[in-house]
Amino acid sequence: MRMPRLTALLTATAVFTTALTLAANAAEVHVLNWKGYGADEPWAVAAFEKATGNKVVNDFFNSEQEMLTKIRTNPGLYDVVMINAAFNDQAMAEKLIQPIDTSKLPNYADISKDKAGSPMLDHEGKVYGVPWVWGLTALAINEKSFDKAPTSIAEMWDPKHKGRVVIRDDAVEAVQFGAIATGQNINDIKDMDAVKTKLTSLMPQIKTFWSSENDWNQMVASNQIDIGTYWSGSADRAKTHFKLPVSLVIPQEGAVAWLDAFSIPVGSKNVEGAQAFINWMIDPKFYVEWVTKVGAPVSANTKAVAALPQDAFNRKVMGDPEVAKRIQFQAPITDAQREAYLALWQQLKVDVK
Amino acid sequence: MAAQSATASRSGLRSALPLLAPAYIWLTVAIFLPLSAMVFFSFMTDLPLSGKPWAFTLGNYAAFFSQSLYLTLLLASLRLGLEVTLWCIVIGYPAAYVLAKVLKGRSREAIFLLVILPFWSNGLVRIFSWAMVLREGGILDTALNAVLPFKINIDLMYSYPAVIIGLVHSYVPYMVLTCYLTLQAIDDSLIEAGRSLGATRLQVLKRVIIPLSMPGLVAGAALIFVPVVGSFMEPRILGGRTGTFYGTVIEDQFVAVFNWPLGAALSFILLAVVLVILAIASPVLRRAA
Repeated sequence: MRMPRLTALLTATAVFTTALTLAANAAEVHVLNWKGYGADEPWAVAAFEKATGNKVVNDFFNSEQEMLTKIRTNPGLYDVVMINAAFNDQAMAEKLIQPIDTSKLPNYADISKDKAGSPMLDHEGKVYGVPWVWGLTALAINEKSFDKAPTSIAEMWDPKHKGRVVIRDDAVEAVQFGAIATGQNINDIKDMDAVKTKLTSLMPQIKTFWSSENDWNQMVASNQIDIGTYWSGSADRAKTHFKLPVSLVIPQEGAVAWLDAFSIPVGSKNVEGAQAFINWMIDPKFYVEWVTKVGAPVSANTKAVAALPQDAFNRKVMGDPEVAKRIQFQAPITDAQREAYLALWQQLKVDVK
Repeated sequence: MAAQSATASRSGLRSALPLLAPAYIWLTVAIFLPLSAMVFFSFMTDLPLSGKPWAFTLGNYAAFFSQSLYLTLLLASLRLGLEVTLWCIVIGYPAAYVLAKVLKGRSREAIFLLVILPFWSNGLVRIFSWAMVLREGGILDTALNAVLPFKINIDLMYSYPAVIIGLVHSYVPYMVLTCYLTLQAIDDSLIEAGRSLGATRLQVLKRVIIPLSMPGLVAGAALIFVPVVGSFMEPRILGGRTGTFYGTVIEDQFVAVFNWPLGAALSFILLAVVLVILAIASPVLRRAA
């Protein structure tokens, strides 16, 4: 498993480098994003190519660390990169991304002011990231197991759900979830011991650690779980697209929110094409189609959200001011914090064996 | 005389070279080079690919000893390896015996096909089909409840036994094949001689068949034990809450947190431990074989 990955990486790098020298073609837009996350939808790519004459070349990453590595080691290859706002700071500090001239993006004016003005994306008056979509890591329930949807995060610890609770296998998410359960600020966890104690008491409840949307949906489809942490966009997709008995619960204690944004790497050979692509991605027309055909997180563009039907989940629930008060946006994490979180999470997983 | 044999062996080597070259070139390119790159990575603070400054360090190896969790997981993985190997012997050896000594012709071919069949399917497909069988309300649960007069609840999914079942299924063909080869090579007249000299069936098994087939058993055990200790796919999918093993932690370092140096160091510690175990066991095994 490991060796092929290395060779694959080396070959991929070699192939990209040759591709780059052969086709220093201004009409190509190289996009780096998660796989299956909007920017590679074939219908969207086809429409964009037809409208602008640019050809889209998609490339993907499996973790934020891998994404940063790819832009570090391939300067000039990518024109657009999707970066979680919590990582924008690091990318800017390493001079991997360049300021964006937002006057070239007609749709930028419609982005909600709190997102567009986020200090995570704007540095010294310059915009380094264009907010695209945001979402929550909250709870989702199997509707078959509940008469009435729970309102508190404490439901995860309820003995009657023993062995029917899931949580994602991700150290940062788990620790921040523990912070919310203990009433702390996710970006400034003062009492780590409380988080550890809280999570330790959760472990015996857990059936398994999920890692993909597919895991979660299968377990609900076969009625193996009652409740678990889940992403808002995925819960929406499970309900509308896969017709599963899933509903999202945003607990009264709060939820973790994240913001994804597009940036332009330093050395991009097609800044114009990149601007056109980013503008296309934040356009209401693309967003509505994405939500209807596939299911998506909430757009940062207010007009795009307003273009959804009245009762759409992303408009009704996620747009609720009451919800906005409870959620906490993820801020940047240092490498030292990340390692500490991982050590804690691994220890918890070993202790429960 | 000596000079003559030296020329003979030299010319033998020369003529053998074209035959050996493809295998050796392949081994060098496909195994030796990536593996040495990994050794190199394991002594680094950061990947040279990452574009960040890096230096040589022993820190990745020190990490193993500074945290008890890696040792705990390594012991758990070794135990898993032993248990799976044991079950493979219990299930595979009798099957190999029947194939080699009892069945003949068509029926042997048919059974052989069934043994090899798991090799033809993708590993992930095998594991996911076990997931369908083992879970509550799954195939096993439903089938047993349909037959049995009383209600039982079988939910093996996401447990240690599920990991064992999945791994034994994947690896038992190795044991059957290696044991089959040695069992088949045993001359039937030796068994007949033992019987005619008054040995019971059990005595023949203990004093003729098992000793003579020992090389196959040992080879099968080594073929199974080594990959099982480092396995990560089966524990992750079938093990659930209890599915954290040494292999899954290594996988996390490579895939989830992109810390290749630590992942490489953990892999080489595993390799060293496995080699030490095989070295300690080899005199015993050689005597047995």
